[in-house]
Amino acid sequence: MDIEYVAKLARIELNKQEKKRLSTQLGDILAYIEKLKELNISSVEPMSHVLPLKNVFRRDEVRPSLPQEKVLANAPHAAGNNFSVPRIIE
Amino acid sequence: MELHRLTAHQLSDLIAQKKTSPKEIAQDLLKRIKKTEKKVKAFCFLDEKDVLRQCAELEKRTSHGALFGIPVVIKDNICVQGQDTTCSSRILKGFKPPYDATCVRRLKQEGAIIFAKGNMDEFAFGSSCETSCYGPTHNPWDLKRIPGGSSGGSAASVAADETILALGSDTGGSIRQPASLCGVVGFKPTYGRVSRYGLIAFASSLDQIGPLAKDVQDAAILLNVISGHDGQDSTCADVKVPDYTKALVNNVNGLRIGYPKEYFAKGLNTEVKDSVETALGLLRKLGAQVKEISLPHTGYAVADYYIIATAEASSNLARFDGVQYGHRASDFDNLLDMYAKTRGEGFGEEAKRRIILGTYALSSGYYDAYYLRALKARRLIKEDFDRAFKDCDCIVTPTSPTAAFKIGERIDNPLAMYLSDIYTISVNLAGLPAISVPCGFNEKGLPIGLQFIARAFEEEVLLRGAYTFEQNTDYHLKKPEL
Repeated sequence: MDIEYVAKLARIELNKQEKKRLSTQLGDILAYIEKLKELNISSVEPMSHVLPLKNVFRRDEVRPSLPQEKVLANAPHAAGNNFSVPRIIE
Repeated sequence: MELHRLTAHQLSDLIAQKKTSPKEIAQDLLKRIKKTEKKVKAFCFLDEKDVLRQCAELEKRTSHGALFGIPVVIKDNICVQGQDTTCSSRILKGFKPPYDATCVRRLKQEGAIIFAKGNMDEFAFGSSCETSCYGPTHNPWDLKRIPGGSSGGSAASVAADETILALGSDTGGSIRQPASLCGVVGFKPTYGRVSRYGLIAFASSLDQIGPLAKDVQDAAILLNVISGHDGQDSTCADVKVPDYTKALVNNVNGLRIGYPKEYFAKGLNTEVKDSVETALGLLRKLGAQVKEISLPHTGYAVADYYIIATAEASSNLARFDGVQYGHRASDFDNLLDMYAKTRGEGFGEEAKRRIILGTYALSSGYYDAYYLRALKARRLIKEDFDRAFKDCDCIVTPTSPTAAFKIGERIDNPLAMYLSDIYTISVNLAGLPAISVPCGFNEKGLPIGLQFIARAFEEEVLLRGAYTFEQNTDYHLKKPEL
């Protein structure tokens, strides 16, 4: 596994030590997971969910939602009635 | 009176006879906690004033509920309005949910006291409660040992008589394994039985909330309260909820029990094996028809789980980006850098390991080799159970291959840690209900657990089997010395 590339995809900064440790450990785990290749699964349908659920619909009704100040109360940075993030367009 | 030693049903009787009150129960538990909590460290948050405020509110109530005055510990990944809910992670420090999880709302309606937040492995990633950012919880039976995980705080607090009931969540064994290692009852309901609204998601196709209790009757009472359809969770099944206390019958006559030979093979500790075989012998003596069965894909469950669960986790945990809640890095160059630093600082080692593994399994070029293959293997594992349940009503196994291990013993070997859940993981992959009940102690005096597994939505079969076993043994009555 290219640990730097995958960490970048996952948006996680890792230090040098972490990269080294995780590479070794993930290598062991992936080697263990290889055992799934023993199974003959070419004709098996994938199962992403155990319940026989079809689309679950609800009425499209206006319902009360949480007040803005309650939602923003947990934000690390808020400005006015908005979440505040670094500038993304130069 | 030592109220903390009693069960919910015993306390409810005392309240009904006006022999005690919610306040008296809460005060007795708070006194108990002063003595034991510094050793066990089961809680990450406990607000004594709020507990007493809830008691005062209850005293004003005219109609009592099914859990009137009964303290319940809530695992730290279940939202309680206005109270810290952090998944025992630095990245969520300070988060106070603006709403209650559905199960918490139902507990409050029924008069329960929301008592404390139970410590857990960070984001429920672990089998030992050691990956919590608050430090490990200790097993009340031997403080040098782990309580199991990830609902370790919930299980340890019930075992230590620091609460009467607790809620946990179970994605691969996180209710049953700590229940087994702490000598209490742990119940993982069928997938879809209990609403997941307000449970901070780990793996959405596997997660389920459930009770931890001192006996099977208490587990049934708590299950009655939290079960049932909820429009806020589209995977919560619209299936009628029976009165689970009616399933508490001391009779297994004619019950067809299968024990899978794959669960009694290499890797099972001999003391655990002996206890479980003795338990099977007792069930047979009590009239059950016990026979060997086979679940041939058992050996693939752990590998399968660690692809599916980490893939779902990597997607679910993308929401922790330092924007809407929790931690944000203070020093960064731009938005992407803010995400990477926030997550690098906020997540612990096991969380990083799982997010990276899951991201890899879903990444372009590897999806078919890992994730798609895992979804196919998942079907084979579920079909094993479908076949087995044609000839039996429930399956009995050990809950965990060993009793509690020492703190630090497996923390540097993730794969060894993952194998702690070898007997519980298949149940989640197949979406089935299962219960763990105490079935003995090893030479060191550590508890051993027995797991019953049933067909989807047949929780009543589990309760019948587990209740009968409990009524004919006294393992659940033994208490740790603290």
